[in-house]
This record gives sequence, C-alpha cells and structure tokens, in this order.
Amino acid sequence: MEITWTVDGELFVLAVEPRVTVLDALREYLGVVSVKKGCDHGQCGACTALVDGRRVLTCLSLAVQCDGAEITTAEGLGEHPIARAFVEHDGFQCGYCTPGQVCSAVGMLDEAAQGWPSHVTEDVAADVDGLGDDEIRERMGGNLCRCGAYVNIVAAIREVAEQRPAHAARRTGEGAR
Amino acid sequence: MNPFDYERATDAAGAVAAVAGNPRAMFLAGGTNLVDHLKLGVSAPELLVDVSRLPLDEVRELPDGGIRVGAAVRNSDLAAHPLVRERFPVLAQALLAGASGQLRNVATTGGNLLQRTRCPYFQDVTTPCNKRLPGAGCSAIGGHHRDAAILGASQQCVATHPSDMAVAMVALDAVVRVQGEDGERTIPVAEFHRLPGEEPERDTVLRHGELITAVDLPGAAPRSAYRKVRERATYAFALVSVAAVVGLDGGAVREARIALGGVAHKPWRAVRAEEALRGAVAGDDAFREAAEAELATASPLTGNAFKVPMARNALVAVLRQLTGGTR
Ligand SMILES: Cc1cc2nc3c(=O)[nH]c(=O)nc-3n(C[C@H](O)[C@H](O)[C@H](O)COP(=O)(O)OP(=O)(O)OC[C@H]3O[C@@H](n4cnc5c(N)ncnc54)[C@H](O)[C@@H]3O)c2cc1C
Ligand code: SF4
Ligand code: FES
Ligand code: FES
Repeated sequence: MEITWTVDGELFVLAVEPRVTVLDALREYLGVVSVKKGCDHGQCGACTALVDGRRVLTCLSLAVQCDGAEITTAEGLGEHPIARAFVEHDGFQCGYCTPGQVCSAVGMLDEAAQGWPSHVTEDVAADVDGLGDDEIRERMGGNLCRCGAYVNIVAAIREVAEQRPAHAARRTGEGAR
Repeated sequence: MNPFDYERATDAAGAVAAVAGNPRAMFLAGGTNLVDHLKLGVSAPELLVDVSRLPLDEVRELPDGGIRVGAAVRNSDLAAHPLVRERFPVLAQALLAGASGQLRNVATTGGNLLQRTRCPYFQDVTTPCNKRLPGAGCSAIGGHHRDAAILGASQQCVATHPSDMAVAMVALDAVVRVQGEDGERTIPVAEFHRLPGEEPERDTVLRHGELITAVDLPGAAPRSAYRKVRERATYAFALVSVAAVVGLDGGAVREARIALGGVAHKPWRAVRAEEALRGAVAGDDAFREAAEAELATASPLTGNAFKVPMARNALVAVLRQLTGGTR
C-alpha cells in the first residue's frame, strides 16, 4: 500500500505492506534511526516519536494506519530546549533511551500545558499548575532507562518546565509548543 | 507475523459488514494490544478493518447529566475531558492509572474494553493455554499465577481482565452500545465481560462482527474514586484495584456502587459489599464487614492468596477516603 508521511519536515511517499510498523518503516525504509527499537512490545518507550503532535509508541502502530501523518523524531527536534537541557544536566549515559525520552518529554510538557492531570495529580478536577518532580516522574513513567539516568533526566525536564510561562492557556488547548 | 489484508473503514455499517463477512477478520483501533498480539502470534487475522478514524471520537452530554463516549475516543482525551474530571473522577483516575502517556494517546475506549488478559502463558504461544487454544490445558493453575483471579475463576482458566477503565465503568453503571448486522443493542458493562466457565476463549458476550460504537455513562458521580495496587508506583497492571461511587445521608451510607479489578476474569461488581453497606453508619467497622462479605467467596491459589487481604484493605481505604473528605 502507498502512504504519505512528513518526517522531520520532509515529505515521503512509501510503499509498505500492512505488517510493517511505524518504527520499522522509519528505521528500515527511511533510515531515520533516532527512533530506537528496545522491547518492540510497548514496554520501554525507546521508540517514542511525536505523531501529529502527540507522543506515541511507534512499535505498536502499523505504518498503514498512520497514512498522512506528520512525524517528528528526536532528530527533527534538533536544538529543542529539552535536548539541550538533557546535555547540560548529563541526562543520558549510553544514550540509547535518550531519543525516546526527549520526544516523550516534549509531548508531556505539551500535555501539562493543556492542563491534563496525571495519576499523581491530587484533584483531577482542578487544573494542573506547574510540574513537580513527582509529576515529571509519573508522566515519564513509560520511558525506561536501563542505565539509571533518571535523576538527571528529571532535572533536565524540570529546568525547561520552569522556564515556561505559567501554564496560561489550559483546558482550551493552545499549549505552548 | 502472518500476512494480512488491511482496510480502512469509512463508516460503521461498512466496518461491521467487512468483519461480519469474514470469520478471520478483526477490527483494529489504536493497535496497542492487537499489534502486539500479531507480533506474538496470539492473533493471526486474515483481514484488519481499521476503525480508528470512524467519526466515533466525541464525548457528548446526555440529557440526564451523563455522557456518551465514542468508541474511538482516546484514553488520554477521555481522562482530560472536563466533564469526566468533574462528574466522573473515578473514570479519569482509572484511565490515568492505566498504561503510560504514550499508550493512552493511542488506546481507544472500544479497544480498552476488549484488551485481552496479560496472563503470561496466554501471551507465550509455546505454552498450553485454554484461552488461546481450547482444550490445551491451563499453565497458570500449576505454574506462575501471582496475577490470577481469586473470584469467579474455573478449572479451565484463572486469568484476570486487565483493564482499569472498565472497572470504573462498572461502578458507574455504564452501558456499551454495539452495532451488528441486525442493528444496534446495548449491554451494561457489568454484563459485557464473561466469567471463564467452560469457554475461557470467549472474553465477552460480543458476537463476531459486532462493533462497539459508544459507552454511555448515566448521571454523575462526583463522590467517586479509583485506587490501584501494583508492584511499581507507575506503569504496571493492577494486582488489585477498587472503583467506588458513594452516596451519603448524613453519617449513613445511602448507596455504594463498587467494582474490583485484578481479581476476576471480568471487572467484579461487589454486590455483596454494596448490600452490606446500604444504610450502614459510615466507618471502618462497616467498611471491613462489607469487604469481608464480598471476599468470603474468594478461592485463591497458593501464589495469589495475598490478594484477599489486599483487596479488603484497598476497599476499606477507598471507602474511608470517600466518606471522610468533603469531595
Ligand atoms: C506496556 C503496556 C502496559 C499497559 N498497561 C495498562 C494498564 O495498566 N491498564 C490498562 O487498563 N491497560 C493497560 N494497557 C493496555 C492498553 O490500555 C490497551 O492496549 C488499549 O486500551 C487497547 O486499545 P486499542 O485502541 O489500542 O485497541 P486495539 O489493540 O486496536 O484492539 C484491541 C481489541 O479490541 C478490538 N476492538 C477495538 N475497537 C473495537 C470496536 N470499536 N468494536 C469492536 N472491537 C474493537 C480489536 O479487534 C482487538 O481485538 C497496557 C498496554 C501496554 C502495551
Ligand atoms: S489462566 Fe487462562 S489465560 Fe492463563 S494459561 Fe490458564 S487458560 Fe490460559
Ligand atoms: S520499542 Fe516501542 S516501547 Fe519498547
Ligand atoms: S541512557 Fe542508557 S538506556 Fe537510558
């Protein structure tokens, strides 16, 4: 089947059979290797990318399902403040989980900016205001790091979260991108 | 993975016809469970009919203050929806306690209800499992069954249903709307999933080709909560969970609607506990009695006996939380 994707700003038309996942199409067909294959079963978060602005696991989506999608990988985020903060805080060791962590952090900050609650939010009916370490940890819980760089990852994300204007436009969307 | 054909449905009737017409066809929504099963060889359909882009992605208000949730609404969008957070906090909490942010961004209401058990033998096609291959035997009963059921299990299967969302929906008296070849029907979520009995391969009462179109949540349940006990602080399935909706009359319990997760083949409606609580003075004595009444029929295996006191304590804690605070 023929599908169309925009990957990190570039347009691609590719022929895939239905069995191919988004992750495999990115890596094997397009050579975009910043998305990593860790578990291949939705458990580690290493394959996280932003699809149409939302963080998702590319190992559990079929490429044909995402026809027309706009996909951003860690590579496409380039000099994003999150990527820089990871470097400054030494938020990676071997770096294997890092592209997924970075994409997940970008998606997560956007979700928080829209006022989305999390499992550790005291009152789900209230707006989320600011991200403490508990909120960052919970929201990043789907990204596992075998090298144990958690503490520095949290510090890197906290720095960027704090630099943002107090979440002005919640619920109604309009999250800072 | 076996080869299969893929088709994107443009309307519900077309999706139903496509799957009903082929015994080896399946609906595909977010794919977070089904794609994993294709990789593991647990499912091997001939045709996937993608329903994720059907116009079933809205949350609408119903005249009684309840809401209708479209089958394609994403778990993250549902948890973040203002009406859900204000009127059905138990549902928002249950959704947020399930999976990870990335998975919730893709997982749908319909797919979440129909996700299959996480019993490790079910997912490992090299081991015997009655749910995967009827008549093969159950590896869990004499093997690893820490996660297994303590209520309603059979000699055929002791698996639990893994959904958090469904547990909250049972406590909310939610109703599933389905569309089949002969039209529409509605099924209360409490009657949607089955106990294993002699046919553990059938998870639900849904017939082949029937499409979930929506779930209706009646009324509102501002005094409600979900509590999940698991091995890690985040991102793990429930060992035991409790969803409760409570109505108070002064210091007495007017009504309580309670469902337990992680304890049975389906979200377990705790009718005995509800009955014990009706009219009782809210307090630990009544809560403990209600929990004991429900769990008196529990029959755990050796490896999951800990779930009985765990379920009791979790239920008491939720009731305490809902009757002590002001919310
Ligand atoms: C690592 C991991 C951790 C997880 N942790 C949790 C957790 O803690 N709690 C929890 O509750 N869940 C958890 N999940 C499960 C996740 O919530 C489910 O995979 C998800 O909800 C399934 O939704 P989906 O839309 O992706 O379904 P799909 O995978 O697309 O489909 C699942 C099933 O539903 C059928 N189906 C889908 N839509 C319809 C419809 N409208 N009508 C009829 N049939 C339909 C499909 O044919 C398929 O059989 C976890 C998953 C993973 C991978
Ligand atoms: S408990 Fe059920 S799902 Fe697990 S091995 Fe036994 S039959 Fe299979
Ligand atoms: S590779 Fe996708 S979650 Fe591990
Ligand atoms: S830095 Fe090595 S896996 Fe995270």
